[in-house]
Amino acid sequence: MTLMDFLNFHLVPGIVLGSIYAVGAIGITLVFGILRFAHFAHGDMATLGAFIALALVTAGIDPWRALPIAMAVMAVVAIGVDKLFYDYLKARPKIVTVMASLGVALMLRAVVQVVFGVDPRTYASGIVRPDDYFGILLRDRELYTLAAVVLIVIGLTLFLRHSRWGKAMRAMSDNPDLARLSGVDNRKVTMLTWAIVGALCAASGFMLGINNELHSMMGWQVLLPMFAAAILGGVGRVEGAVLGGLIVGIAEEMSIFILPAQYKAATAFVLLLLILLVRPRGLLNGKVL
Amino acid sequence: MALLDMKDVRGGYGDADVLHGVSMRVGEREIVVIVGPNGAGKSTAMKSVFGLLTVRGGSIVFDGEDITGWAPDRIVQRGICYVPQVDNVFREMTVHENFEMGAFLRRGDLSAAYDRIYGLFPDLKAKRRNLAGDLSGGQRQMVAMGRALMLDPKLLLLDEPTAGLSPKYMEQIFQITRDVRDAGVSILLVEQHAKQALAFCDRGYVLATGANRHEGSGQALLADREVAEMFLGG
Amino acid sequence: MDLLGLANYAVFMGILIGIYALLSLGLNIQWGFTGLFNAGIAGFFAVGAYASAILTSLPASGRLGGYELPLVVGWLASMAAAAAIAWPIGKICLRFRSDYLAIATIGIAEIIRLVIRTEGWLTGGVRGVTGVPRPFGDLDYMPSQLAYLAIVATLVLVAYLLVERQVKAPWGRMMRAIRDNELAAAAMGKQVEARRLQAFVFGSALMGLAGALFVHFNRSITPEAIDPMIATFLIWIMLILGGSGNNRGAILGAAVIWIIWSVSELLTDRLPTEIAVQAKYARVFIIGLTLQLVLRFRPEGILPERQAGAPPHR
Repeated sequence: MTLMDFLNFHLVPGIVLGSIYAVGAIGITLVFGILRFAHFAHGDMATLGAFIALALVTAGIDPWRALPIAMAVMAVVAIGVDKLFYDYLKARPKIVTVMASLGVALMLRAVVQVVFGVDPRTYASGIVRPDDYFGILLRDRELYTLAAVVLIVIGLTLFLRHSRWGKAMRAMSDNPDLARLSGVDNRKVTMLTWAIVGALCAASGFMLGINNELHSMMGWQVLLPMFAAAILGGVGRVEGAVLGGLIVGIAEEMSIFILPAQYKAATAFVLLLLILLVRPRGLLNGKVL
Repeated sequence: MALLDMKDVRGGYGDADVLHGVSMRVGEREIVVIVGPNGAGKSTAMKSVFGLLTVRGGSIVFDGEDITGWAPDRIVQRGICYVPQVDNVFREMTVHENFEMGAFLRRGDLSAAYDRIYGLFPDLKAKRRNLAGDLSGGQRQMVAMGRALMLDPKLLLLDEPTAGLSPKYMEQIFQITRDVRDAGVSILLVEQHAKQALAFCDRGYVLATGANRHEGSGQALLADREVAEMFLGG
Repeated sequence: MDLLGLANYAVFMGILIGIYALLSLGLNIQWGFTGLFNAGIAGFFAVGAYASAILTSLPASGRLGGYELPLVVGWLASMAAAAAIAWPIGKICLRFRSDYLAIATIGIAEIIRLVIRTEGWLTGGVRGVTGVPRPFGDLDYMPSQLAYLAIVATLVLVAYLLVERQVKAPWGRMMRAIRDNELAAAAMGKQVEARRLQAFVFGSALMGLAGALFVHFNRSITPEAIDPMIATFLIWIMLILGGSGNNRGAILGAAVIWIIWSVSELLTDRLPTEIAVQAKYARVFIIGLTLQLVLRFRPEGILPERQAGAPPHR
């Protein structure tokens, strides 16, 4: 294999896949860090977001314009899911909310299956030839995906670093009791977190869909790599989730050098167990619940 | 009239009472210290002021208003700030961000407030971009006090601010507490180091088994033979 | 349906309820008494099913098996195989809050599914394993069914009595204390980890045994027989509705949910084909919603945990 083949057929797809995982893992790490539970409906929220974008595309909207609309819709859906199914469990052990989220995962998927059916779908049909950038082959959709991920990560980082409510979210993740003593309204932070997480879910679902295809199990199948990425990077760390996402994505694409292709999906699991074994706080020293 | 007036407060966490009638007063510009043996209910008495436990009897009046049974967020807005003994800073936020979080409820120009805090804690000015979790124990305690002072409270509640600190830092924290008082803030604090605390405070209360045992000026309590024998190790 | 048909159906349902009751009891050991979140029940079930099938089935070309070993060997192997997979997972994840175990068990169930599909030499791939013997399978239909029901019922009873005895012993009291008080759990350290590992491994072994009973009942197994998410979720809702922490509740929940689930399947199957597919997914939605309603309005389940003087824990 030449170096260019390696880059084009393994590294670039790994980076594209990894940056999509990163967007999902950021959402997981925010819920894990701020609301303090593992959110198992995350993948299926991504599926629903992807299909909402599909509905918009079917109505004649350009896919990349449908994305922000789908993100806004999913922000509202995520707040609604919290109010309907998680909020009343907050006085109980957090693991009960984990269970409820498993139920929500099943429900969201059933909604997609009833409304959109179970056959694979695409945003646009036809084969797209990649363009050559100094020997690196990239399709437009891959380029846009990478650009969108970079924009999302920069925007979110700026928000968390410099805005009043971004700091409130970090404070809640860091020390919830002290945040409350400082007058931070827990309910507002919770709502804001779900709005951001819902939007991120829609983004990751859409990008999975546009780079491959949409189907009702797509979100559930990426739940494990996204969790692995969040824990690998360090729970509660946005930059860790990005790093973790890239590592898991690239590792999955590289796994075919040592594993039969059918076991690509096992890579994330192996990485997850490995990091829990040697460094449970993750690469960037996050939280351990 | 006293700034804070607790009368015969009874209550605790859940169903069991820890306090069986505690009365205390804190005047304007006064440092009042609560001492007593382990399990005397010192921290609990302080937390009752801040609405952190169920009060089942008695009254707490602050600045002319009955605040018994208020929620902490409302009490904060009324002018009382509380510094917990442990986990009292945002470890993964910078010193300056800790102060910003302290001022979360305040709007408008805060530059005067920051100047005041960095004036009180000059050591922290150079470390304002450092993460609070990376500081030494004494400096962390200063960040915690600074965070609480950002809301410009009339009364500051400090829960064992010198726990686990070296004597050098203990002296420094006491000195800062005096500076804060001189800046116009009343202070109620719980202390394990009873001798040193009584020596530096304006007045003190000795609690035992959830009730008042002795009260008086720091010097008077230090001189009291019974107090000395029971709580100060002779 | 005539009376005989109804009786046949009742026995058939009874056997499946017994198998689900074993799964529910296994989960009760893990979640009900110990607070461990196993989200990969279907994986342990499948491992047990394939382990016993491979060891006891008739020879077949292209895959391992044909050892025609006695049933008891197959059943013991099913428990051992499920336990052997549970052990390392538990060893790594039980140091942390149960969220991590949940993630890891979702992962292991997925890997088991991949192995079953991929490793044809072992599992027959998509064709699965056939020619699995059934005890008393030579009898006529009804006596054979009744005999199998008796075997399943006996095993459920034995499992129930064993678990009850263990829960009433100091082991069970300690586990509940740990479950209800994370601080106490942290203070007890290493010893707690060992006990939780025991609970996780033993519960998984029961799930493996349930898999074996399932495969010998059907005489075959294919990868399609187990929908990981729905199977796992059904068992969760059986336990929560029945009453987690109560072994009778676990069995009762298995019966109630399985009856609702299969009767609703009978109903949706009669719908015209255009909407039958959608109705199938609507059933899944309703199962998910049922969990939310139980958690909200009856979190202690139909038969709450019996605990002197203490309120229901969750």
